[in-house]
Amino acid sequence: MREDSDVFLMGEDIAEMGGSMGVTQGLLDEFGPERVRNTPISEAGIVGAGIGAAMQGMRPVVEIMYEDFLTLSAEQIVNQAAKHRYMSGGQLKVPLTIRTQGGAGWSPGAQHAQQLEAWFVHIPGLKVVFPSTPTDVRGLLWTAIHDDNPVLVFEHRLLYPVKEEVPDELEPIPFGQARTVREGEDVTVIATGPMVHRSVEAAVEAEKNGVSVEIVDPRSLQPLDEEALVASVKKTNRCVVTHEAVTRMGFGAEVASVIQYQAFDWLDAPIERVGAKFAPLAFAPVMEQFIVPNSEDVLAAIYRTVGRDGN
Amino acid sequence: MAQVVPAERDLRRVIGDGDAVPDGEVEGLTEHDLLELHRSLVLLRTYDERSVVYHRQGRIGTYAIFWNHEAMQAGSVYALEDEDWIFPSYRESAIGLLRGMPARTILQWWRGHPSGWWNPADYNVASICVPIATHVPHAAGLAWGKKLRGETAVAIAYFGDGATSEGSFHEGANFAAVTGAPVVLFCNNNQWAISTPLSAQTRADALVDKAVGYGIPGIRVDGGDVLAVYEATREAVARARTGGGPTLIEAVTYRAAPHATADDPSAYIDPERVEEERKNECVGRYERYLRRLGVLDEAAAEQVRAEAAELMRTGIAEAEAEPPADVALVFEHAHVDPLPAFEDDLRELRGG
Repeated sequence: MREDSDVFLMGEDIAEMGGSMGVTQGLLDEFGPERVRNTPISEAGIVGAGIGAAMQGMRPVVEIMYEDFLTLSAEQIVNQAAKHRYMSGGQLKVPLTIRTQGGAGWSPGAQHAQQLEAWFVHIPGLKVVFPSTPTDVRGLLWTAIHDDNPVLVFEHRLLYPVKEEVPDELEPIPFGQARTVREGEDVTVIATGPMVHRSVEAAVEAEKNGVSVEIVDPRSLQPLDEEALVASVKKTNRCVVTHEAVTRMGFGAEVASVIQYQAFDWLDAPIERVGAKFAPLAFAPVMEQFIVPNSEDVLAAIYRTVGRDGN
Repeated sequence: MAQVVPAERDLRRVIGDGDAVPDGEVEGLTEHDLLELHRSLVLLRTYDERSVVYHRQGRIGTYAIFWNHEAMQAGSVYALEDEDWIFPSYRESAIGLLRGMPARTILQWWRGHPSGWWNPADYNVASICVPIATHVPHAAGLAWGKKLRGETAVAIAYFGDGATSEGSFHEGANFAAVTGAPVVLFCNNNQWAISTPLSAQTRADALVDKAVGYGIPGIRVDGGDVLAVYEATREAVARARTGGGPTLIEAVTYRAAPHATADDPSAYIDPERVEEERKNECVGRYERYLRRLGVLDEAAAEQVRAEAAELMRTGIAEAEAEPPADVALVFEHAHVDPLPAFEDDLRELRGG
């Protein structure tokens, strides 16, 4: 925003309050109410107006307070933002960034915690990223804002407290580049968002049992760094795919398909998938815990691929 | 710091201020009715205040406070028949109390316990939709269905000022208007949508003006005046029941408490204004009115409060005593006929 006056923010409660999760705190003071715009409660209006502003050269960053409310703006995202370039014969650009957050683990219930990234990776015309660390958020958000396509940036509620040293200089992270979180020899875990952190916990545990785990975070889901994922599996010969979204019909199914097609002869075990149970997210903590995948679920899947029961 | 002064335009009031503004009365209301309304107000107030404490004790998660919204809920529900359907937003989470729903049930809803999932048809109180305004078309559709089936029931949908910015509000209101659905669209305009003031939500002089665009009647009423709310809703319900279609009611009040327990309004709200509004909160205002009428004395008021407190104590004890939920319900409740896709997960759950 300091470098480009075309960049501005729009969303519900993002100004004085700094967003429901505090992500935009302090920006109103620095950039003023014209560039940090509180909007009416109108998710379709927010994205629609963002598209309009983007069409004439602005670079809006809009916030949808909860990922679940993307459904209220789905028409604008799926039928409009994703299609305008195509339907203008490549003449129109929609450099729009849509930030949103979601995720379970704090008992927000069925309409406040879903992980819906799989809906949007399925739509030609959109790009989708899901950072899991502060460095990745910064680098990917930069790229999203500078990208000439509509980009969805998924943030996970439980990852906001994650702290790490970030480089003084901002380093843009190109889309379609996976990050190897941890190197290992026996099995590759391909993980997104909070599952990256849960997989690291599982990997530490597995190592005590003599199983060496490599973890790869695709970071950008669309485009997807197939090459890096396949290369890792060709090295380890085993693969676990994990995300917090529902397992069935999920993004992990696409990843598993890519792996089996491109690394079929290298695989020593069926590809394991770890995600949420096929159930609406529960408000009750005990039920939510059961539905949402944790590090033990990843660990169990790791052991299954190497033919051990963990004992 | 944004500030909104409630426009007085067309604001219906019954309760005076005990000084320059004289008290009015509502035709047809008996002393019994007046005291029943008081009981409803105290019940809601007690539920709300106890819930905030319950939240602070860590017994429930985030809770949407409705302090100073009681007059809108109690007044409007009193104008309904039992057959009429209520579509609450999260701000009306405890409105079922006025339909005989046990406190335990609502507390369990906030605790995330499956026994908090009441059957809407048991109370004619719909499940709460958390996304804003998405229930307005539901109310319009239910009401239209009642009309098609030749039934006499009407529906009422509650939503806030911010909800009028949503597409679902527009589509629901317009649908109700063109179908002549027997529905009351009840806007509790508390002038804040979390941190967003009404002035940033609309340029309309008054939200009730939106009724003109839909070609339906609109009524603007003081939302802190339980009698004015009752009278306005009674009028709207009568019109709906006799084939006159929907009415938009704008009840004007002020959110004198945080949006929810997770909210800290100090970043955006004027604390002096809140203090001012709290002095004129709706329950005390009605009690002073009843005292001026000579209908309520302190002993009677105290008894009503004691009964409400007891009801909450019982509700909390019952909720706490219930065994934890059976986790398998997450599958059993998701579809009428559980999908084969659940079988692996169920087996895992049962340790098979």
